[in-house]
Amino acid sequence: MTMLGDRQQLSYIAAQAADARVNVELETEGMTLNIGPQHPATHGTLRIVARLDGEQVVWAEPVAGYMHRGYEKLTEVRTFPQVTALINRIDWLGSFANEVPFILAAEKLMGVEAPPRAQHIRTILFELSRIANVSLFLGDLGVQLGAVTPVFFAFRDREYVLNLIEAATGGRFHPNFDRIGGLKDDLPAGFIDETRTVMVKLRRFCDEIESLLFGNEIFQSRTRGVGVIPRDVALSYGLSGANLRASGVEWDLRRDQDLPMAWNKADWKVWTHPDGDSFARCWVRLQEVRESTKIVDQLLDTIPAGPVMTKVPKIIKVPEGEAWVSTENPLGEMGYYVVSKGDLGPFRVKIRSASFNNISIVPWVLRGVYVPDIITILASLYFILGDIDR
Amino acid sequence: MVGVELAYWAESLLRVLGGLVAVLLPAGTVVYLFLFKMMSFMQSRLGPMEAGPYGSLQLFAEVGKWLQKEDIVPTNAQPEARIFKIAPLVVLASTFLLVAVVPFGPDAWFTDFDGGIFYALAVSSVSVLGILIAGWSSANKYSLLGGLRAAGQLIAYELPMVLAVIGVVIQAGTMNLQKIVVAQNAGEIFGWDGLGNPFLLTQFVGFLIFMIAVQAELTQTPFDMPIAESELVSGYMTEYSGFRFLIFFIGEFATAGVFSMIASVLFLGGWGVPFAWFGWTAIDDVDNWMNVVGPLILFTKMIIVVFFVMWVRFSYPRFREDQLQRFAWKVLIPISLANIMVTAVLKVAF
Repeated sequence: MTMLGDRQQLSYIAAQAADARVNVELETEGMTLNIGPQHPATHGTLRIVARLDGEQVVWAEPVAGYMHRGYEKLTEVRTFPQVTALINRIDWLGSFANEVPFILAAEKLMGVEAPPRAQHIRTILFELSRIANVSLFLGDLGVQLGAVTPVFFAFRDREYVLNLIEAATGGRFHPNFDRIGGLKDDLPAGFIDETRTVMVKLRRFCDEIESLLFGNEIFQSRTRGVGVIPRDVALSYGLSGANLRASGVEWDLRRDQDLPMAWNKADWKVWTHPDGDSFARCWVRLQEVRESTKIVDQLLDTIPAGPVMTKVPKIIKVPEGEAWVSTENPLGEMGYYVVSKGDLGPFRVKIRSASFNNISIVPWVLRGVYVPDIITILASLYFILGDIDR
Repeated sequence: MVGVELAYWAESLLRVLGGLVAVLLPAGTVVYLFLFKMMSFMQSRLGPMEAGPYGSLQLFAEVGKWLQKEDIVPTNAQPEARIFKIAPLVVLASTFLLVAVVPFGPDAWFTDFDGGIFYALAVSSVSVLGILIAGWSSANKYSLLGGLRAAGQLIAYELPMVLAVIGVVIQAGTMNLQKIVVAQNAGEIFGWDGLGNPFLLTQFVGFLIFMIAVQAELTQTPFDMPIAESELVSGYMTEYSGFRFLIFFIGEFATAGVFSMIASVLFLGGWGVPFAWFGWTAIDDVDNWMNVVGPLILFTKMIIVVFFVMWVRFSYPRFREDQLQRFAWKVLIPISLANIMVTAVLKVAF
């Protein structure tokens, strides 16, 4: 905490000094621009305070907390099964993926494990919510850079995925489907065939976006070399997910840890990019959607038979202990540190959400960029407000 | 050639009404056909469908909505509220000034003078003033950034536009838009006059540069940095509401229509058909019915030109400010200078 304070103070002093220098040289004064809390580019209520010299950013600082909902505190007055309804709403575009690490942590404390069929279906739904999340990012990217058309393609094709999630769980946005010891229900009839056709559509969507946006010279000139995050800076700021992989770090929690999930039963690739610029981050995400469709396709072929729920007591009491489980969510590493005192509900839950750590690099990466690049960089860092503020 | 003699007031009234039609009709058509429908079809949706058949009356509904809204002047802009309020009118005025020199037929013109294109290029930059006023008087940082960006951009792209037009002027030997139309339609390509000689063929580079500059002048994507809704909210228009926003909106699309008319006059033969089809040789031979058919031909050509402008607008991301300036000064201007040189040499040679 003190380190962060020092850094803030240092950057503030640097801003003052830069201001003084500019004032002496040109006799102009800087302008402080508040981007947000209400602003089209912040997908919610993030506020970026930027001190500008002309159109160049001297100093910028994200101000989070406009949408704080106190989920960590609220979990303390809920029972374990009730918590999933809350944490659904952290990263609201990939809701199912939020439930999984918490349920896994609770299962770890209780010493139960979901049956193989449930693990498979969990993984499929996890990847579907990743696709729903990141495909919207790919469309939104266009809007942030001024191209209006891709976002409609994204909404169109994301709808198919949401329909699948709805068919399986009953909820488009907030499934609340994961249970301690398995899943609420089995898959509906026809889900597997439908998912196969949707995955083909999603791959076509990726090709479309690639030719429409990524192949566009203007898009490339706007994103290449903009907001470069070198490997060690990315590591030291605790970035995760595609932001880290775009800086050349091959790190994916789906592959690198041994969870009771089905990722290791599919053959897929962890994409990285050496550049670390905005283009790399967007490109890595595009490839991840493709990999996700592949994972889903392979897992659909190998769903084992059996129950989707193990035997757990009707009233769940989690034994005393502490557990930490994190997974590779659409936005990056998301983890829950669950402390239980043997009650119906958790004693304390610490939520580590990806976006909060990912935007901590904003002051570093925004220094010296132009105003339009702020938007590019924020779009490519890809945060969701619920994931920052919780 | 005109058979009717009109009193001065009647003629003036006719011109005012004609001017309104010439500005508002293209604006409405462009908004409905392209902004509402073409954009929707490109984005796999239907667009407005409820107001009128296929949503064709949507625009009237929108205008009605805007007229009902409160005319807000932000508190910080209150001391200069008058300046704040006239800004959209200045922008729209530039469009009306622009349409004054566009010829619609052999006799269907508002004014026919020899400095036509020179005048058109000059008054088209009046809109910069309005935008700058709007940006500055809004007392809003986003508006200010948007206004300054617009000023920088419009000045940078004025130059390639002028230089691209010079090629046409050299080839036609006149700055009078009416005579440029006649030069194209009475012309011939190596002795074959079936198509006239639209300058699109001989001045193709000039046409491309002109269209790029028009795109920038209209602040359409990829040159919509001044509006840039994802970063500057709505640029210089951020603080405007109600009918003042409506005027900006009409101004934007009316200017798109009028600039496309000028582009079709300069490069596509304007209102005319190749004179050889009907055995005409000069403007005095042209039959009177061309005064009715001519505007329709010009309108069709305008729609085609706007189609390309909008096609680019809906599919491209936008440039960054510095990239945009670099593109104007380092790419467009040298090419257009070379174009002038080549045109001049060929003009002397043939």
